[in-house]
Amino acid sequence: MTTLKYNHVVINNNMENGMNLTLKVWRQANAEAQGQMTEYKLGNVSPDMSFLEMMDVLNDGLIRKGEDPVTFDHDCREGICGMCSMFINGEAHGPNRGVTTCQLHMRSFKDGDTIYIEPWRSAGFPVIKDLMVDRSAFDRIQQAGGFVSVNTSGRTLDANAIPVPKADADKAFDAATCIGCGACVATCPNGSAMLFVGAKVSQFALLPQGHPERHDRVENMVKQMDAEGFGNCSNIGACEVKCPKSISIENIARMNREYMAANLKG
Amino acid sequence: MAKGIFKSSLTKKYTMAATGLFLISFLVVHASINAMIFFNDGGKTFNEWGHFMGTNLIVRTMEIGLFAGLILHIVDGLVLFFQNRAARPVAYAYEKPNASSKWYSRSMAILGTLILFFLIIHLKDFWLKTRITGLTGEKHVFVNGVWMENLYSEMRLVFTELWVVIVYLLGCFSLFWHLLHGFRSAFQSLGWNQGQYGQIIAFSGDAFSVFISALFASMPVAMYLNLVH
Ligand code: HEM
Ligand code: SF4
Ligand code: FES
Repeated sequence: MTTLKYNHVVINNNMENGMNLTLKVWRQANAEAQGQMTEYKLGNVSPDMSFLEMMDVLNDGLIRKGEDPVTFDHDCREGICGMCSMFINGEAHGPNRGVTTCQLHMRSFKDGDTIYIEPWRSAGFPVIKDLMVDRSAFDRIQQAGGFVSVNTSGRTLDANAIPVPKADADKAFDAATCIGCGACVATCPNGSAMLFVGAKVSQFALLPQGHPERHDRVENMVKQMDAEGFGNCSNIGACEVKCPKSISIENIARMNREYMAANLKG
Repeated sequence: MAKGIFKSSLTKKYTMAATGLFLISFLVVHASINAMIFFNDGGKTFNEWGHFMGTNLIVRTMEIGLFAGLILHIVDGLVLFFQNRAARPVAYAYEKPNASSKWYSRSMAILGTLILFFLIIHLKDFWLKTRITGLTGEKHVFVNGVWMENLYSEMRLVFTELWVVIVYLLGCFSLFWHLLHGFRSAFQSLGWNQGQYGQIIAFSGDAFSVFISALFASMPVAMYLNLVH
């Protein structure tokens, strides 16, 4: 499936003393098409560039040559939106820890390096084009229960008026830092989404506002997760290592507890 | 019940964890009784315990539960394995799995299968003989006024062959890696991983895996080297 196609494109920009890189990028015209790894040579890459800026330079060169630029997801470029999603040199979001692809810089690479760039791979995240995958499965899991129902007609309560133990608030906040990027799924050998779902379940289960709906929430979110074709967690733990927000698998344990409690209650 | 067990990804995990811990509890009993050979009393204590385990009605009933638990563990493990493979249909052209996880955590199905192969050989060596075909060595021994099967002499006979000892050592080795991940994993599956409790469980799991595997491995080795009398 991952046959290599050699398509030597030498692109130079005007920077002096930059790095020369060999990029092997997954190119796939659309969801149905057969994709392949395609090789590009990119010269004069500044170590100060972010990884996505390097991709911009590649695409600029491709456009100038009249070729189709590499499609990839990105938005905020500051590590908060969760859109960027590249599997770089065998690791989700590249070689560093606790960062997204957009926070990865070319100084993490050296002159002459070969860099593999691939989309997230999982049954739950089908490829749309090149490096862009469809992560709407996460949206559907969220819609199944990742919310609190509040009455917004008039006299709403100030959330700060409800006392929350500091330890719980901290844990809930840690869980809530999940940006839904999907690196956990991409890294998991089982294509499991349990770190994401565990984080979303925990974020609400730990707070008083989330309590009333906690059992329905976890049941419905897990049901949707299974229906989307994600794999089962084997507690391998790769997800927490590659999560850009370093979400702990303790959140998966909490989801397991919540789900057990929900099922025991019937 | 079957629907409850296979209802969702999480119930399958609970089943895996519960059967895994049940099998661990069996290992504790099994290893404790086998360790009686180290009393160096010609296998007297060991044979007495073996006789009790083989004749006590409660223990015999639990044996059925043990086989059922093992089969459930294997079937559930295979279901999970194939589902997990299907959830990752396209492989990466280049992947660095060791950067974020341990090889044995990713190899539970292979390690389990190795254990299963070992179990088949092991059951043929002992269980089959005591329960069905009869012992091959010195069949019976008279202890405290009771004739009982001489399992000790059977053990001595089985472990005279070097290749058998090597097979048993490989079995213990597979068990070690399976438990090194499995012990803590079972607690995580059941939701028991919070802060320092997680660290205590991880440490206990590692210590248990080393201890139980080494204890089992020491038996065929000690017999082969004539270190027990
Ligand atoms: C005495 C023998 C055995 C013991 C004590 C044992 C124990 C365990 C434990 C504690 C776990 C962790 C459960 C969890 O993650 O929640 C586990 C997982 C597993 N076991 Fe075993 N096991 C044994 C034999 C086997 C055999 C014979 C097989 C299969 C042929 C097997 C296949 C598996 C698989 C595939 C998993 C990983 C399941 C997953 O989380 O995806 N095991 N085992
Ligand atoms: S848990 Fe981490 S890796 Fe998974 S989606 Fe959230 S932020 Fe991304
Ligand atoms: S582009 Fe928003 S997190 Fe990377």
